[in-house]
Amino acid sequence: MEFSEHIKTANVEDVVLRQPLQPPSRGTLCITGHHLLFSDRGEGGSRQVLLLLRNIDAIEKSVENLLGYSGFFSNAGHGERISGSSGTVTIKCKDLRVLQLDIPGMEQCLNIAHSIETLSCLDNVSEMYPFFYRPTDFSLQDGWGLSTPEEYYSQAKALQKKWRLSSVNRDYSVCPSYPPAVIVPHAVDDDTLKKAAKFRQGGRFPVLCYYHRKNGMVIMRSSQPLTGANRKRCKEDELLLQAVIDGSDKGYIIDTRSSQQVQQARMTGGGFESKSFYNHWKRLHRQMERGKALQESLIKLVEACGDESNNMDRWLSKLENSKWLSHVQTALSTAGLLAECVERDGHSALVHGFDGTDCSLLISTLAQLIMDPCCRTLEGFLALLEREWLQAGHPFQQRCAHSACSHARLQQESPVFLLLLDCVWQLWRQFPLALGFSEALLLRLAADVYASEYGTFLCNNDKERCALGVKDKTHCLLQALLKPTVKDFYLNPLYEPTELAIWPSVHPQSLQLWRGFFLRWTQQARHLEEVQEEIRNMIIEWEKLALR
Amino acid sequence: MEHIRTPKVENVRLLDRSSGQRKASVGTLYLSATHTIFVENNPETRKETWVLHSMVSGVERPPATPSGSQLILRCKDFRVLHILVPQERDCVDVHTSLVRLSRPEKYGELYCLSFNPNVNKEEREESWSFIDLSADYKRMGVPNNLWVTTAGNSEYRICDTYPSELFVPKSATPTVIVGSSKFRSRGRFPVLSYFHQDTLAAVCRCSQPLSGFSGRCQEDEVMLQTVMKSNPGSDFIYVVDTRPKLNAMANRAAGKGYENEDHYTNIKLQFIGIENIHVMRSSQQKIVDVGDMRSPSMTDFLWGLENSGWLKHIKAILDAGVFIARAVADEGVSVVVHCSDGWDRTAQACSVASILLDPFYRTIKGLMVLIERDWVSFGHKFSHRYAHLDGDPKEVSPVIDQFLECVWQLSEQFPCAFEFNERFLIAVHAHVYSCQYGTFLGNSQKERRDMRLRERSHSAWPQLWRDRAEFANPLYKAELSQSQGVLRPNTSPYCFKMWKGLYNHVEKSAPPRQSPADFLSAVREESQQLEEELTNHQEKIAALTGKPITWEKITVPRRRSNQQRQRPGGPDPPTTYTEPIKRAVRAASRGPAGPNAPSQDSALLSPLALQLQSLDPEELSACSDLESGVADLSSRSSSGGDDGKDPDLE
Repeated sequence: MEFSEHIKTANVEDVVLRQPLQPPSRGTLCITGHHLLFSDRGEGGSRQVLLLLRNIDAIEKSVENLLGYSGFFSNAGHGERISGSSGTVTIKCKDLRVLQLDIPGMEQCLNIAHSIETLSCLDNVSEMYPFFYRPTDFSLQDGWGLSTPEEYYSQAKALQKKWRLSSVNRDYSVCPSYPPAVIVPHAVDDDTLKKAAKFRQGGRFPVLCYYHRKNGMVIMRSSQPLTGANRKRCKEDELLLQAVIDGSDKGYIIDTRSSQQVQQARMTGGGFESKSFYNHWKRLHRQMERGKALQESLIKLVEACGDESNNMDRWLSKLENSKWLSHVQTALSTAGLLAECVERDGHSALVHGFDGTDCSLLISTLAQLIMDPCCRTLEGFLALLEREWLQAGHPFQQRCAHSACSHARLQQESPVFLLLLDCVWQLWRQFPLALGFSEALLLRLAADVYASEYGTFLCNNDKERCALGVKDKTHCLLQALLKPTVKDFYLNPLYEPTELAIWPSVHPQSLQLWRGFFLRWTQQARHLEEVQEEIRNMIIEWEKLALR
Repeated sequence: MEHIRTPKVENVRLLDRSSGQRKASVGTLYLSATHTIFVENNPETRKETWVLHSMVSGVERPPATPSGSQLILRCKDFRVLHILVPQERDCVDVHTSLVRLSRPEKYGELYCLSFNPNVNKEEREESWSFIDLSADYKRMGVPNNLWVTTAGNSEYRICDTYPSELFVPKSATPTVIVGSSKFRSRGRFPVLSYFHQDTLAAVCRCSQPLSGFSGRCQEDEVMLQTVMKSNPGSDFIYVVDTRPKLNAMANRAAGKGYENEDHYTNIKLQFIGIENIHVMRSSQQKIVDVGDMRSPSMTDFLWGLENSGWLKHIKAILDAGVFIARAVADEGVSVVVHCSDGWDRTAQACSVASILLDPFYRTIKGLMVLIERDWVSFGHKFSHRYAHLDGDPKEVSPVIDQFLECVWQLSEQFPCAFEFNERFLIAVHAHVYSCQYGTFLGNSQKERRDMRLRERSHSAWPQLWRDRAEFANPLYKAELSQSQGVLRPNTSPYCFKMWKGLYNHVEKSAPPRQSPADFLSAVREESQQLEEELTNHQEKIAALTGKPITWEKITVPRRRSNQQRQRPGGPDPPTTYTEPIKRAVRAASRGPAGPNAPSQDSALLSPLALQLQSLDPEELSACSDLESGVADLSSRSSSGGDDGKDPDLE
């Protein structure tokens, strides 16, 4: 592919860059196929800004033709440039940073803007930067990912008694968004699975996602059953679920939709597990917002954070109006409910909503963090994300095509993963010692999910990643984060493992705006960063002393 | 004791959600002359709850229930105690007694004047000299050739609500001072509050001028001129009227008002818009109600927060402080601050400005000095504002609460810049209201002198100082860039939060949340111990071998300037630390001492071990009921397909 056809002007001198928290600087701007590079050769060494074009969410340009006004400038010098005009390009990034470039020359400015617009939203996955990124200290032969479903299964010995690894989906034919291997009850054969898959939206039949070692109970996830208006049933699906609670008196189904929504879903072929056919299962409904509503919530929140009216009432009402914190509250309390079912009540649970690729993953992930200490280490958390989001088929490419600033028409964008990171941050803040990773990790993931050098968040599921050779031709972020030199930055210096469940408070006063992310480019976030650094320093000093 | 009708009631149930209780405990209620005391029956714990009568802000007696008569005790520190008394007669008696006891009519009834701790006269006198304001004025460099003391008010003759020791511009003659004081509300003429040595600019305070629509006073005009002259090189001063402009204008009709810029040369008038004490009183009531909501939705909560207006008021006060601090530090211009009487909003604005300008006031001792100066000595009416005696409810207002909250909001924004933690601010808040000590009694220095408080009571400050270990912020680092010099806070609305620690006892009570501060305090303390030990060993080795061993102090280099780390355009690069944390090694350090660690004793194990023990499994898991609102699966889950209401069957 030729990126050069999109680049009419590759270099511009004498550009002024304005970015948050730093004084404006003058230097050279350069556009490449994947990057915007600005370098300023000022005194005291050169400073560079390297921005992935993919990180750019929106671009606004304003051009002023000074020529027309040249008569007003009696003192010569202003209109001397040949074109006599200049333009300003405002770049709004997916990590919420806003940059401004003052570019001399109208034509150059328009060229630059055009290149950025085109190159920042290339659709073709295999043209994206991860396919070109070749760090020197990393080899493509290192393998991809942290662990496979097979490895996960073979490590969990206790699980193997009642559960088996099925490769019914080995060629992605049963469910295109599932990995080739899934964990299902021993008692259920592959034919049953195939039939059950036909009864579930997108073929996402119930599979195991978490085994609670303390009591042997499990969390399953799936998509909605396709009962439709005629209340169809599927013996195999019923059998599969019955096998899950074999030996126990009941299980819980946590449906992430309201009871009204599930009734309406029947009209479009979806539905719910009716009590008469699944009589050992108790359904609990918790309506969770997803899709467009969630995306709009994010847009409103980011807009509120950028409001400069300095008016307290306005801020609080915009914050409320965005509903973002309500979504955080709902997600955490639904995850709490799921964990209650498994940990306190001692029963297995199935989670689903419509597709089983968004909110179901959100709450099963949070519930695992609440209950399982293994998920709270840096390695454990990254492996959890790999299992529950990458392998489980969260459509990253669709959901994270644009962020909050984009002017493009919304399609399938929805910040579910960002909501997860926010909820994890709330946990991290309420239990500062219980999680093994730092806020920096969450921020890094929040940035990389929208634009990354690594291939991890490309595509919508395992099948697509294999088809495009993502696993062979790109590097894996999760592995990169665990490299010895990098890892320390993402560890929580205060981490003290605890075996106990960490039950979050969902009282509104206990939930806060994630300043580190939403106000990241303000001085305030800087001070908080300095605090994290100070904590790290204190621990380092203390450890050195303790070792003498 | 004449007010106590029933000194003891048995089989009383008490529910104190603020101390983490979920269920009421049964015990005996005692009424003493100074306290309400509840002693649990449970022979294992025998937990005692003591409530000082002066901390009770209200006693309610809602309708009786079948199980007994209720009493609700609302405290000035926002605790709420629910009491259930079996016999209605007892309940009425307790209620009547408490209503009277919680509203003392004379100072003599207050605890601080009857409480006699086991100290001698010298100790008591020493306690009063713990905070020395003259020393603080010296610290800031006055008197000097610009600002001098005036003996004019030594007997409180010019202004009976001012302290006896005052600093005025050197060129202000006694005639000017007296003339100016006659033209100001309550005689509160412009005097020095804080002198900024770096720029020679000063923060001065006074009350509103009695100008009406056209009145003027030559001495007062000269007085402001002398303030300007005391700042060499400056050609104007700011006059900050902390009131909303409309209020200030309304005051003119009553013969008061604000400085007319046509009459005063070289002043710039600035209105800030802090609301009056009545608005603040009702606003605080609303935010307390928000804190009391049992399980509000996010919308209820944020709406309640907005509707209370509380954070808006806090922001206005902080904005006033920021304006003054910028004028003094950045422009080098002196500021004269006033409101109406110059003892509420003026005290708030001046003391916030001092906090921003001078790192000393961000220490434990410094905050004490600041409160003693800008509030106690300058006649903030503590006894009226905090209802120490039964009096006019319209005089009551949470003025100092707002100052303490401003400090808290700042400490959230600059977590390394304050030597104290939120517990210290809450402790000061409690002392202001409780009158356990004499420090905050009365409404002015003169009143305290006339009451001979120093002979009859004790000062709260040494007591707080003794507990300073508990109030220390482990993150405080005087040398960090954010701690140094002038604080420049962001006052965008999103920087303000509800102060949960003060207002929300329900939530505070909930599970023992993990506290990084406590953990870090332990780490810090242990580091110090280890350092000392190391020095000891070195000395011993040196004594034995005759060779001195020098040891380099361990510190990690810290950023000192405001310079930002350069960030590349992409996602954050991981910072590479020269000394990576070695987890395995760290774990080993908690085990038995290795060969090259000579007598590392139990000190090594203690703080972390304690941390872990304190995470009682019971406590941690006990929390979820109200927390996630998910404990009761059957009853509270949404309707859906539960309870035989399966839509299929209908």
